[in-house]
Amino acid sequence: MDALIDLLPKLGDATVETLYLVSFSLLFGGIAGLVVGTGLYVTRPGNLYSHPVLYGVLNVIVNIFRPIPFIIFLAAAQPLSRLVIGTGIGANAFIFIISLAATFGISRIVEQNLLTVSPGVIEASRAAGASRLRTLLSIVLPEALGPLILGYTFVFVVIVDMSAVAGFIGGGGLGAFAIQYGFRQFEPVVTWAAVIIIILLVQLIQFFGNWLARKILRR
Amino acid sequence: MPLVSLRDVAKRYSSPQKGAAPIAAIDGVDLDIEAGDVFGIIGYSGAGKSTLVRLINALEPATSGSIVVDGTEVTTLSERGLRDLRLGIGMIFQQFNLFNSKSVRKNIAYPLEVAGRPRAEIRTRVDELLTFVGLADKADNYPDQLSGGQKQRVGIARALATSPRILLADEATSALDPETTQEVLALLKQVNRDLGVTIVVITHEMEVIQSLATKVAVMERGKVIEQGDVFEVFSDPQHAASKRFVSTVIKGVPSPAELSVLKERHVGRIVTLSFRDGDASQAGVFLTLAQAGVDFELVYGGINDIQGRAFGHLTLALRGDDQTIDGALTAVGSQATVTEVR
Repeated sequence: MDALIDLLPKLGDATVETLYLVSFSLLFGGIAGLVVGTGLYVTRPGNLYSHPVLYGVLNVIVNIFRPIPFIIFLAAAQPLSRLVIGTGIGANAFIFIISLAATFGISRIVEQNLLTVSPGVIEASRAAGASRLRTLLSIVLPEALGPLILGYTFVFVVIVDMSAVAGFIGGGGLGAFAIQYGFRQFEPVVTWAAVIIIILLVQLIQFFGNWLARKILRR
Repeated sequence: MPLVSLRDVAKRYSSPQKGAAPIAAIDGVDLDIEAGDVFGIIGYSGAGKSTLVRLINALEPATSGSIVVDGTEVTTLSERGLRDLRLGIGMIFQQFNLFNSKSVRKNIAYPLEVAGRPRAEIRTRVDELLTFVGLADKADNYPDQLSGGQKQRVGIARALATSPRILLADEATSALDPETTQEVLALLKQVNRDLGVTIVVITHEMEVIQSLATKVAVMERGKVIEQGDVFEVFSDPQHAASKRFVSTVIKGVPSPAELSVLKERHVGRIVTLSFRDGDASQAGVFLTLAQAGVDFELVYGGINDIQGRAFGHLTLALRGDDQTIDGALTAVGSQATVTEVR
């Protein structure tokens, strides 16, 4: 317990680091995932911008990268991070890598949620004279908004998990804190403190996500 | 000139099996729909009705043939041209296809927004439409708060928003209970009569054709096998499929099972007399039979009313000597169509 009290300022820093890592990763990965997922959805044969070849390419890319275990992806993507943002370590490098990994997962979630929009609704929009782009932006996305919010809430939890893993190889944040000061120092109380903060964080976001989705779905 | 005119229209899909011949959903259809008609298209599922109706607003592109709507050749339109075409054609659906993320008001406003109308005009027009379909109090509700009948009313209001000349109704009442069906049909009648909108209604329910349509086309395997005035097709269907459809709503002709019961119960000859309006009075027929000394009993029958014109079938069991009966039936033949059953 004493160890924990001494470490409280560090715990605060770690929490801030985690929030920094998670929020920016969610922002960048979320946007990129939305773009790729929407791309998968619209190019799917028979859909708004049906393009079997483009769909096939996107599909294969997502299928190749999505199942790579994150800790391996993290190590493997370091050279790419150095190439793109100039560094392979530190918070920003981890934001880049987490965003990249999340993009593949998010794109599938986005695609699947968009697929729940009934083709009949799209047909109604087209029959009313709306263009494909208008149908996508003002009908498909709003119709799928409720499930999309739930999907992103789920992604938030996954990214918290990723950030903790990143912490293990020097990414900072609550994961690194729990390993360094808890696990390695044989201080379970310290580990649990980090765990409790993560649980609170996740619960808070889950609660907020559910509330928002319910508000959107009006159910 | 007809408002909608199809000439030798075909719609083929490539077969899922490689090398196999393409599947024809629509196969050489000629169809004319006049302004003001309520044109019914009936057929079993898979007959191609849904595809046919989607050729008119080009939701499905035709593979070959010519489709002219209100003077415009549809098959060669650009994306921009399609928008203008579709603003002139409303469409309602079996599953209503309302936008669940939008309020009733926003649903109805959508085609007007697509058309780029000013906001004030949209507001007035939506209010007008809400009143027309009787949902003025539901403007700010969402589709999941409405009953099936109310949803279809919103669908109708949305389809009429841009004051189209044509309304396509794709099984518009098939998901509704009988009472609500009647309400929606009455509303569609009003749309046709009061607003002068030409309606193309596709259905597998003969009741819908009977109460709403003025013309009907019967479809089977991608082809229109029979078309004409509803009265003509109902009172004298030519094709087997048409006869089956007609028999689902037209009472008066005994089914084979009912006929065998009748044959058991009644000795002597059995004939079915078919009347069409103007042809004959039943009184005249009965008088002829009585005067000839034929003893008759009415064993089965029904009179139908299609848009104010009556026709019917009466099945009689006759007793008397064959010669007398033959003579009487010849006389009756000038007033009704006689079909010998036994």
